[in-house]
This record gives sequence, C-alpha cells and structure tokens, in this order.
Amino acid sequence: MKIVQFLSTAIFASALIFSCSSDDPDPVVEEEVITTMTITLEPFDDQISSVILQTQDLDGDGPDIPEVTVSGNLLENKMYYGSIVLLNETEDPAENMTEEIEEESLEHQFFYTIENGLDAITEYNDVDPDLNPIGLDFVLTANAVSSGSITFTLRHMPTKPNTGLEDAGGETDIEATFELSIQ
Amino acid sequence: MRNYALFVLLFSSITTLSQNCDNTLTGKVTDIHDGQMLVGVTLTIANTEQSVQTGLDGIFTFSNLCDDTYYIQISHPYCLTKGFKVRVFEDTNKSFKLEHHIEELNQITIEGKAYSNKSKTVLESTLNKEELERFSTGTLGNALNSLSGVSSLNTGNGVVKPIINGLHSSRIVIMNNGVRMEDQRWGAEHAPNIDINSAGNLTLIKGAAALQYSGDATGGIIIVEAPRIAVKDTLFGKTSISGISNGRGVSINSRITKSNLNGWYTSIQGSLKRTGDTEAPNYLLSNTGVSERNASIKIGFNRFDYGIEAYYSIFKNQLGILRASHLGGAGDQVRGIASPIPLIINDFSYDIDAPRQEVTHQLGRIIGYKELNRRGKLSFQYDYQLNNRLEYDIRRGDDRNKASTDLELITHTVQTNFETNKSNTHHIKTGIIGRYQKNYPDPGTGIRRLIPDYTKYDLGGYAVFDTNISESLIIELGGRFDYTHMNVYKFYRTSFWESRNYDILLPEIVVEEVGAQILTQPKLNYYNSSATLGATYSFKDNYKLFFNYSLASRAPNPSELFSEGLHHSASRIELGDLRFNSEVGHKFALTLRNNNKNFSFSIQPYINTINDFILIEPVDVRQTIRGNFQVWEYRQTNAQLIGVDVDASYPINKKLKLNHQFSLVKGYDRSTNQPLINMPPANFKNEIVYKNSAYNNLRISLQSAYVFRQNEFPNTNFEVYIPETETSEIVDFSTPPNAYHLLNFNSSIDFKTSNKTALTVGLEISNLLNTSYRNYLSRLRLYADDLGRNFLLTIKLNY
Repeated sequence: MKIVQFLSTAIFASALIFSCSSDDPDPVVEEEVITTMTITLEPFDDQISSVILQTQDLDGDGPDIPEVTVSGNLLENKMYYGSIVLLNETEDPAENMTEEIEEESLEHQFFYTIENGLDAITEYNDVDPDLNPIGLDFVLTANAVSSGSITFTLRHMPTKPNTGLEDAGGETDIEATFELSIQ
Repeated sequence: MRNYALFVLLFSSITTLSQNCDNTLTGKVTDIHDGQMLVGVTLTIANTEQSVQTGLDGIFTFSNLCDDTYYIQISHPYCLTKGFKVRVFEDTNKSFKLEHHIEELNQITIEGKAYSNKSKTVLESTLNKEELERFSTGTLGNALNSLSGVSSLNTGNGVVKPIINGLHSSRIVIMNNGVRMEDQRWGAEHAPNIDINSAGNLTLIKGAAALQYSGDATGGIIIVEAPRIAVKDTLFGKTSISGISNGRGVSINSRITKSNLNGWYTSIQGSLKRTGDTEAPNYLLSNTGVSERNASIKIGFNRFDYGIEAYYSIFKNQLGILRASHLGGAGDQVRGIASPIPLIINDFSYDIDAPRQEVTHQLGRIIGYKELNRRGKLSFQYDYQLNNRLEYDIRRGDDRNKASTDLELITHTVQTNFETNKSNTHHIKTGIIGRYQKNYPDPGTGIRRLIPDYTKYDLGGYAVFDTNISESLIIELGGRFDYTHMNVYKFYRTSFWESRNYDILLPEIVVEEVGAQILTQPKLNYYNSSATLGATYSFKDNYKLFFNYSLASRAPNPSELFSEGLHHSASRIELGDLRFNSEVGHKFALTLRNNNKNFSFSIQPYINTINDFILIEPVDVRQTIRGNFQVWEYRQTNAQLIGVDVDASYPINKKLKLNHQFSLVKGYDRSTNQPLINMPPANFKNEIVYKNSAYNNLRISLQSAYVFRQNEFPNTNFEVYIPETETSEIVDFSTPPNAYHLLNFNSSIDFKTSNKTALTVGLEISNLLNTSYRNYLSRLRLYADDLGRNFLLTIKLNY
C-alpha cells in the first residue's frame, strides 16, 4: 500500500508541475507566404504609360479570393519590359519575397501562358547561374488589337532547362490569371 | 510493531520454559488466486522427514509437535515448492497459500497463449509471438492486416494505419502495454507509433465491447502486450537480423529477459531498421526510405498476490514520403494523376529528404497490484507519454530545413482498477481513470498551426459484469462514463471567422485580434456514455455463438474541430467545426464459431450505426494565389456500416492445412444515401501451410490475396481550368483502382544449435509475381504503384 501512496503523491506532484503554464500562445509569423504579386509592364517607349497587374491574397488559403487588378490597356505594336515583385504582406512591414526567388533561381522559374486570343508574345529577360531563364524579368510584345488573358505560373523545383510548362514539372507556388486588352 | 516484538519475546520465553511435545498443527492449503482448496499437497517438516498430505477438503494435520519453530516445505505437482517457517505453540492452526498457476505460466512462454480474454462476448482475434515475429520487419499495421476484417490506410510502406471493419484513426483505440496510445492518431497519414518487436501478443476487438480500456472505440480496440515473463530462474533472449531486398535495407531486433524465482524480472528489447528507396515493379519510389530506432525496458516484481512493474519504451522513426506526391494545387494534381509514372523518379538513395516525418514517442508506465484476500485484484497505474511529431515539407529560403509541423503532445494518466476473482461463475471489473493532456504546436515553424494549443482533462469510470448463467451461457454487461474538458487556444483567420458567422454566434470566446487573425479560447465539454451487453452460448461440443451490442461515444478530435487551412500532404483545404458534438455508435455483432479439429470456422456479421458520424467531404474549389485547391469540410451525419468477416481453417492432413479469410464491409451516409469514402473493398485471402514438426519445424506457406475493386464510392471529382492547355480537366481523386491479386510466400526452419540455443532461418517473398497494382486505401495510389516484389531473409537466434 505504501507504493500506492508514494505513486499517488508522485503523480499529483507531476500533474501540478505540468499544468502550471497558461500563457496565451503567440501568433505564427508566416515567413514563407507570398500574398502579393505585382507585375509592372513598362513600355520601351516612355511616351506611353505603364501597365500594372496585381494579385493580392491576404488571407492565403482562407476563404477570401485573391483580388486581381489591371491598371489599364496595352497599346498595339508596343514592347514592354516586364518585371515581377513578390511580397509577403502578412508581415509588417511587408517582406520582399523576390530576393528569395533570385537567391534560389536554380530552383524556380516563371512561365507565361497567353490564351483566349490575346495577340502578344513574351520572352525571358534574365538567367540563373546555369544560364536558364528565371522569368522575374521578361519582355512582352503587344501585337494587333485583341483581348484575352495571360497566366503567370511560378514553379518551385522545376526541371531546368525545359521547353515550357508541359515538361517543367515541379510544384506550383503561384498561379494568377489577368485579363488584358490591346488597343 | 512493538506489540509484535513483545509477543515474540513472550512466546519464545514460554517455549524455553515448557517442552510440550504433543501439539498438533492443522490448517488448509489454498490457491492464492481464487482461494480454492488444494488437494494432495505434500507438507514435509524439514529435518524430521515427517510428512502429510492434504485431503479432499484441503486440510492437513501434523501431530506430536513440540512448542518450537518448524520449517515446512510444501509441494504440489502444479505449484512451485515453497518453504514456510511456522511457530507452533500448543495446538496451532496455520493455513498456507500456494501459487497454483505456475504450470500455466510456464506454458505461456512456450505457446504465447493464455493472455486473458478482454471481453467475454466478442470473439477476439489474436496474433501470438510466433505469428508476430513474421512481421518483425514490418509495422503494427502490417501484422493486423493479416486478421480478417482489418485493412489499412497507407501512405507508402511506412505509414500503415489499421482500419477495423471500415473505421480508422480516432475511432480505433490502441492499448500499448496497458497504456492508451496518445499520438496524434487523427491524421490519415499518422501511423501508430509502436514497434511491432516490442509486442508479445496482439489482440483485436472489433467494436467497443472492452469498456475497461475505453468507451470511444467505435471502430475497435487493438491491445498490444509485451511478452509474459514466468516466475522462475531463467535467462533467455533472442536476436534476429533481416535483410530486405526492396529498399535494400536491414533490420535488427534483440531481446533479453532475466527472471528470478523470487519474483524479480527484467526484459530489455531494442530494434533498428534502415531502408532506402523502395521499388514498384517498374520504377523506383523516390524518397520512401525508413529509419527506425526503438527500445523498451521492463522491470518488475511479481509475487502473484502483489507485484509492481515499471515499463519504458522509446519509438523513434524517420519516414520519407514519396517525393512525387508532394504537389501544389489542382493543376498540379491533374498532372500527377494523369502521369502513368511518378512525376519525380531519382536514382536510388538512402537519403530521407522532405517530405518526411520524424516522430519520437516515449511511454512510461508504473503499475502496482495486490490480490485482496479472496476478493479480487486491485491495481493502480500511472503512465506518461510524450509524443513529438515533426513533418517536413518542400520549403523555400531560410525555412528550407525547418519542420512545417512541430507538435508536442504530453499525456499523464492515472487509473485504478479492481477485478474480482473469487467466484468461478461471475466476475466484476471496475475502475476509474483520470487523464491530463497538453498539446503544444511550436509556432517557430512559420506555418499556421494545424492543431491548436490545448489542454484536455478526462475523467472516466466503468464497471463490467459477467456471469455464467449455466455451463453453456455467459452474459456480459457493462457501462462506462467519460467526461472530457478541453481548454483551447486557437488562432482563426478573421476572414474564416466571419465567413462562418462565428463573430455573431461565438463572440464570447474571442480573446484578441492580432493582425488578420483572431485568437479565441474555446472551452469544450463532452459527456460520453458507453455500454455493452452480450452473451456467449456454447452448444454441440465445439460451437459457440457470440452476441454483443456495444454503445460507444466519441468526442470529436482536434482536427475535426479546428482544421482551418491547407493540409499540405493532402493538397487540400480542410475545415473543421468547433460546434461538433460527440458521435455515438451502436454496434450489433454476431459470431458463430466452430472450433473443431477437422474444420474450424467463424462467421462474424455486424451492423454498426453511428449517429452524428463525423466525415470530411469536398464542398468547393477555392481560388488562391497558389492556384485552385479543393475545399473539404467536416460534417456530421448518420452513418451505417454493414459487413461480415469469415475465417475458416481446414487441415488436409497432419502437415498440410488450408486457411481462408473473407471480409466485406459496406458503409453509407444514411442522410444522403451515398457510400462512405475509403471503405475497404471486399477481399479474399487463401493460404496453404505445410508444417512438419518432425523435420526441424519446417514451415512453408503460400498465400493468395485477392482484393476486389471498390465499386461503391462517393464521387468527389471536380473540374479545374488549366490555362496552358486552355481546357477544363477533371481532377480524379475518387475513382478506385482495379482489383488485384498478390501471391506471398513464407518459409522458416529451426535448427537446434546447442542445448539452449536454436537458430531459425526464414525466407519470405511478398508480391511473388511482382504484380503492378494500386491499393484504393493508399493515399499515394494517385501518383504511383504499390510495392513490387520483396525478398526478406531473416536469421533468428534464440538463446
């Protein structure tokens, strides 16, 4: 019976020790999340205005859908420098995630898919250390008057080099579609 | 104490004064367990060779004894000979108790049998030591899979979760050496953290009938017990080494046991396993390596009328998850499913990279028991469990080597149980149990907590009564009540909180708003009742009919309550509901069993109706910046599972035997009349076993396992638009794979290497024909075939 007494004392003591902390937990800082992608299309010809495409998904996989904005239309037969900036706006101040992609450029690649009749073409304008494209910088050529969509896809750990999304593999980190018009 | 000393002094002084030598010593000898009289016990007085035997009434008489101290040796064919010191003064009456079961106990170590029945009115399936050893390189799930009515939910070869009669995860309770496993078992990709090599016996109870363990096992209870140790002077052990071809691995397992006649015993066991990438018949399954390190120690003191035992085990594993199964949103899924081979196949490697799991489970238990004179056995137990689960995903940047899930679950349990054994006709088991549990998800992962911080308190009590109404009829009756309180701290996304209208319904639980999140403190209470009622009827020599009704209540688990976001390993968004109440199951099970030497069989039909059954199903597709993800939401409904398990065994002659198994289960959501997801398809197992004990215990078996295609499943497919092809594609998560047939070969032979040592060599070939197949219950079936042929060579030395 002494054993039982000893045990119950021991258990009681341990229960007290283990049940004494009750501080509120800290919120998780999501360092890896990309909430916002901003694509600036800056014309070669500085007489015309830039076009800014943005998708912002502040609650990540929460119920709110991403907010997609397109600042204006492209002009026919014009070329634009495209550059992509990625932000994590769950942090305050917002963290620039573009640098992370640049640092790990061998493991990342952007793809541009033009569809639904948009008469435009894209070309990569940057390379990783193996001289394969990353896609943070590109050139977009708007041809004839038309409208359609363009989808930006960021793949993590794709096969590099590749001929496009079909054989790139990897895992999709960003997929955003914008409706564009060429006037 | 002082009085006693005084008495002794007094008596001894009297002894020296008068030397009276016509005293008698009478008394009786009884069984220490049930107080029964022992007949034919020989009592011998040391140095005088005067000896008598107990008569039919268990009474003995010595005459012509002096006032003196005598040493009496008491022996009985079925008892261990024991010596007692008796002080005789005038006519003395003294009774003795003997350990009558020693013979039975010795048999236990030989046959691995005689583990007590856990329930009287449900047919239990068991795996003994010898059978378990055939699975020593596998998992607990693999071993259970060999029983009818059990299948498994797999994530590769390392994560094998048992499904009992169609139910799994939180609906199954696993008792590991008397300790209820608390190891985040809610996840479909969380396997039980038990080393199969630490087990000496495995018992399966399909349903919640064994109320002494739990009241919430709507699916069933798995009882893992360490090998029994006999009270005798002995030192024995075994060591086995296995080579595994598929995975190019090795497994080592060793156990050594020392026990003494005085009741002390120690047993130490350890195992190591390391394999690399496994192979499907046509390709390598990259990143499916396993590393496992386990150890356990047991120290105890067993005197039959009292005893104490301490047990500690540590289970540590590292499991690679198929690399090609780690994908993003719906677009990636379309690619992964459409591809005939896994999207990623690398060269063979022993590396275990992300995605992977690392789990450490430590378990400690102290149990003490005392036989209360003819009333029963009282035991007291304290146990402690510490489970640490780390899950690694493919990550970017500084977080690359950081776990994305880091959970620490601490559980303390105290319980006291009382079991009567005074009567042969009826028994009562009763007990109370208290449990404290704390879950700590480390926020340092940089990923929102999948399971929130919580503390949980459980308080339960049960009583089970069984009685032999007649020689052939046993009735069992039991009840249990459990109270659970949960104190939770949970961060909700403000957008989710508002979309669920929780801001209007549950404003009182909000603690504070932090950025786009809301910290809440739900306090949840569950009052669960469970009961069992059953009967066993024996007739016609070998027939037995079991009937059992069990009522089980299960409180929702943290994942069902609090999921709210992307579940990476499942590539889907999962949403729980904190307003769920307990689900309540009613299971009727009938078993007809014939245990005949020429032909034995059992047929076990059952019907399990579960109210407020919690299930998860797809409801929507959600657009995120990462692409489209399917949204799966938990919901409560009424479910029903109907099935039958059949076992049959037919010896053709003394050496050749046929074994057959068939299991069928159908599950439906009764509110929508849709089939339930992940129901095991019907399956047949047929085996022919050749065993020749005259020729070195040679045993050869060939097993054929046929698994039908699951034709009843909920259609959870959905359409997704793929920009690069400008088409809409169906993401086919639900269509089950085709039926398949596997052949498995197993053989073993014993060699006597010396008087005390024996060597066993075993060769097993699973998937003998190297068949390509996919298993409906494997989460990786969408991306890759299951394992191909595997050769397993085991050398075991018993000493």
